[in-house]
Amino acid sequence: MQFYGETLSTRLMLGTAQYPSPAVLQAAFEASRASVATVSLRRESTGGDGQAFWALIQSLGTRLLPNTAGCHTAKEAVTTANMAREVFGTDWIKLEVIGHNDTLQPDVFALVEAAAELSSQGFKVFPYCTEDLIVAEKLLAAGCEVLMPWGAPIGSGLGLNNVHGLTRLRHEFAGIPLVIDAGLGVPSHAAQAMELGFDAVLLNTAVARAGDPVAMAGAFGAAVEAGRIAFDATPIEASDVGSASTPVVGKAFLT
Amino acid sequence: MIRILGAGVAGLCLASELRARGAEVSIQDPAGAPGQHGCSWWAGGMLAPGCEGESAPEPVVRLGATSAEWWAAHGVSVTRRGTLVIAPPRDRNELNRYARLTRGHVAVGAAEIETLEPQLAQRFPAGLYFESEAHLDPRAALAQLASGFDIGMPGEHAAIRTVDCRGLAARDALTALRGVRGEMLVLRCPSVTLTRPVRLLHPRIPLYIVPRGEGVYMLGATMIENDGRGHVSARSLLELLSAAYTIDPAFGEAEVLEIGVDARPAFEDNLPRVTVRGDQVYVNGLFRHGYLMAPVLARTAADYLLSGDKGELLRED
Repeated sequence: MQFYGETLSTRLMLGTAQYPSPAVLQAAFEASRASVATVSLRRESTGGDGQAFWALIQSLGTRLLPNTAGCHTAKEAVTTANMAREVFGTDWIKLEVIGHNDTLQPDVFALVEAAAELSSQGFKVFPYCTEDLIVAEKLLAAGCEVLMPWGAPIGSGLGLNNVHGLTRLRHEFAGIPLVIDAGLGVPSHAAQAMELGFDAVLLNTAVARAGDPVAMAGAFGAAVEAGRIAFDATPIEASDVGSASTPVVGKAFLT
Repeated sequence: MIRILGAGVAGLCLASELRARGAEVSIQDPAGAPGQHGCSWWAGGMLAPGCEGESAPEPVVRLGATSAEWWAAHGVSVTRRGTLVIAPPRDRNELNRYARLTRGHVAVGAAEIETLEPQLAQRFPAGLYFESEAHLDPRAALAQLASGFDIGMPGEHAAIRTVDCRGLAARDALTALRGVRGEMLVLRCPSVTLTRPVRLLHPRIPLYIVPRGEGVYMLGATMIENDGRGHVSARSLLELLSAAYTIDPAFGEAEVLEIGVDARPAFEDNLPRVTVRGDQVYVNGLFRHGYLMAPVLARTAADYLLSGDKGELLRED
């Protein structure tokens, strides 16, 4: 899988927030085999030295994808992205501009504005968006080469809320890497996203706040893999009528 | 003679434990008596092993269960009124999650909450009650333990052993230690009557509030992976106060008596431990479980120092 010309070894991206301890975080990453770690710049860097935590993140051996979590305006997001580029030494940025405090739904207008500005500054933008086709188009026009539509509101665990919309998005932008970002609760949600043909999934809460984050991370890793294999294997079409896998006609009938 | 470096909750508990077992002890701390310079000062003082099970490693829940008794036995006033955990109706899922991850609670409805904390029943129709939990006033507890000792300046001493209980300052020796920033508030609001620690669940901003008596409440605490001890951030302040306001809008009229910021010393698994490295003994990594786990570490360290026993939370480097 390639994003902005860079090849990733697996299709799972994992967040680094909310784990019970750094040791659990580290073990969860190992179990998940995630190839990308998302990191938030904002809180951990407010005055003081978060070196111990950064050292741990760096030691995960994954590609870092800093985010602009917690930003509510385009300007704020652009500033945060620039700080992140300096701190993490990467021009990858997961662009999050929150428009609604309860659902954490993105403000798509500010998102497009920030994406255009950041692209012009040389950033490789991964925008957290909805399944809206027009927003997707405008983000691509703004310079994004990847889209990250939500499955459901961040942290909700609802899975893929609008399967039809997401399927439509997948068909409409067949050549564009699409990552389901946010809203996944259980591994079957991740498998479903992969079966629909999405290129990767990004999650955090479902693993970090599980009773056993390490076991759950392993389960998500396996589900992403299973889902992708299934997609490549061309699933059968769903049908309204049953068709027996063993034909009745000609079956040995011994009594 | 055993010399203890550091007069925070770790050092004072160990000194008290050793003396109770007949050992001669001296405490050295360049800052003198317990105060604002140490993160023990800013703690909540909850003895809530059941609640901590939501995110803490299992040994904290199991071993911490005996701490309330330890404090009471050392002359510290311990309030045993349990912990009430609530969530706004919208975040009901958080209660279910918390119930699944913890032990020692009963589900309570509006009627039970009305009995426990009448002021909350209107807004919080459901909660979890951890009946066997307790809390104490950290500053009173530190003063009580410290009153038995002359806390001297660090220096050469005719000590047979030295135990390093310096918290985050011991990073010069324990390189695995990191600081986890916490911010807290002390409010005075006589129009609010809460008689036990209350935890408000929220997907992003969990908060607890501990009554200190006479209308004074401690509100805590943020958890930020950063060891900065500078001023509270506007966002943290906003979140803490919003959560207090959610618990009871009457907190809107509270006086803000204190804003505390400090960094908790923690190891990578957030589990406290006694580290033995040659002759040197370290008691550290209490993270957010200072008052819950300091008695456990004190016993572990005393067992090792006096009889060579190596307990569950002891690691040899």
